[in-house]
Amino acid sequence: MELAAIIAIGVLFGSGIYLLLKPRLLRVVFGSALISHAVNLLLLTSGRLKRGGAPLVGDVPAPVTDPLPQALILTAIVIGLGTTALILVLAYRIYQEKGTDDLRQLRGLEDES
Amino acid sequence: MSPNGLALPVVLPMLTGIALILLPRRAEWQRRISAVSTAVGFLIAVALIRQVRAEGIQVLYVGDFPAPFGIVFVGDLLSTLLVALNMLVAAAVLWYAFLTMDPERERFFFYPLFQFLLMGINGAFLTGDIFNLFVWFEVLLIASYILLTLGGEPYQLQEGFKYVMINMLASTLFLVSVSVLYGTLGTLNMADMAVKIAEVKDSPVVAIASVLLLIVFGIKAAIFPLYFWLPRSYVAPPGAVTAFFGGVMTKVGVYAMVRVYTLLFGVDDGFTYTLLVWIAGLSMVVGILGTLAQMDFKRILTWHIISQIGYMVMGLAIFTPLALAGAIYYVAHIMVVKTALFLASGVTEKLTGTTNLKKMSGLLTTHPALGALFFVGGLSLAGVPPLSGFFGKFTLIQAGLAEGRYGIVATAVGVSLFTLFSMIKIFRTSFWGEVRHKAAADRAVDLRTYGALLGPLALLVAVSVGMGLGAQFTVGYVLESAHQLLQPSLYIQAVLGSGLGS
Repeated sequence: MELAAIIAIGVLFGSGIYLLLKPRLLRVVFGSALISHAVNLLLLTSGRLKRGGAPLVGDVPAPVTDPLPQALILTAIVIGLGTTALILVLAYRIYQEKGTDDLRQLRGLEDES
Repeated sequence: MSPNGLALPVVLPMLTGIALILLPRRAEWQRRISAVSTAVGFLIAVALIRQVRAEGIQVLYVGDFPAPFGIVFVGDLLSTLLVALNMLVAAAVLWYAFLTMDPERERFFFYPLFQFLLMGINGAFLTGDIFNLFVWFEVLLIASYILLTLGGEPYQLQEGFKYVMINMLASTLFLVSVSVLYGTLGTLNMADMAVKIAEVKDSPVVAIASVLLLIVFGIKAAIFPLYFWLPRSYVAPPGAVTAFFGGVMTKVGVYAMVRVYTLLFGVDDGFTYTLLVWIAGLSMVVGILGTLAQMDFKRILTWHIISQIGYMVMGLAIFTPLALAGAIYYVAHIMVVKTALFLASGVTEKLTGTTNLKKMSGLLTTHPALGALFFVGGLSLAGVPPLSGFFGKFTLIQAGLAEGRYGIVATAVGVSLFTLFSMIKIFRTSFWGEVRHKAAADRAVDLRTYGALLGPLALLVAVSVGMGLGAQFTVGYVLESAHQLLQPSLYIQAVLGSGLGS
């Protein structure tokens, strides 16, 4: 089970980085989204993937699942959602102002070339 | 006294920010409320410093959960000092923003966002939990994304996108290292992690996580191979925002680096600290080379940031009490002086309508007070006694010589000379000579506005002079704080030892 998760994380990371290196705004945004999914999966895996009881005080069957990674992922997802929304707006505004989504045309200052 | 005060530097800006969003967007109300809140925040931070000095490290168990399970806020000499400086610099920058920020940006939530930025920075300084540190980083970053792009000028959007992407990647790597550490150690409380790391000596996983954290904080702090995003994005926003970013933002990364490498990975493995020395030297040299190539007031200052980060990393890399004290002193000095210089560049821009050094000259004839303030600030940056920059560099170089690190010491001294050179370059081209720029005729900046603009600048320069003249006290404070950092057992004892808070 962990092995499958690790391979999935690797594939997500690889494709995310590949998209990040593309010179198109939208692909870069998707790349960052993929990478943040990869990290969420990694957080889940770091708490070990196993079946177990609910982590409550009192009578619980012996193997107990770790609730913390899920809390961490929840936080990370919320933050990722906010940031991705912001980036999408930013990308759209760039497209409006500059009339292009090609990152190669989005560099430099006015007085340097 | 209870440690509950530790929450105030976070709660106060948060409540202020929320109130400012909900209240009518009348500029004068927004200004008054944020000014009062920031001033009160500074006073609270000073009270916290006094409390930490009197009673030792303060720990707040949030929600009264016992130590390794809940989130803790920890105030030691370093973190409370940085909170106080953050609020002080913020107050000066806000004062400047009241006078210069355009009404459009003021209407579109500039002041609430600034408060949220302060909340994130204070939280990052005070937290004792590594995942919580990540969250505070995100809080301050999201506020900074919006502040950087607020106004929506094409150049802001273009550079803002890159800034957001770089930081998002860094945050993702931060999460990777947190999850790797959690998978190995089973805890997120930094004091508890320090104990566990000492138990699992030489674990390769911990080593990987430590290098990942170095990369993450390196991107935030803009150290040598990871600085490329900084020089262009920091010149994009309006003067007040640039000043605050340039003064404070990268130092949060430096703080995180210092915290992690003193508390968690404070053991010399013969590799990390050698690497840090090289990073420090190369950051200094690359940064200063960048300033030499520029002929623009703001861009020279942004390249300087990278070079100065080098000095701070140098203190961490040498890793003796004296060196660390030098690094802390340097962080404090730069937060104040760098902001002052950025404010000076902003005032210059208001007066001449440009930041291009080739298009202005002779400001000393028309505006001598500005020239004098910039001159003192520039000398302080270069490290001329008795100003604050001298004592930072002096302490660092003394520590380097004591450890026999002659290479890095020579680099530090050489780079100092070039810093002075680039400051003189600005002074010579923009303040000396005959008046060449189109004077204030079409840029209606009357005398009263000009006088008011000098206020925040004068405040920060005065703090820098005070830090230098009061070196007996300030150097003593940072030495005390470095000793505290180099004895992680004190921190661990404070967090884990006493169990539940009183």
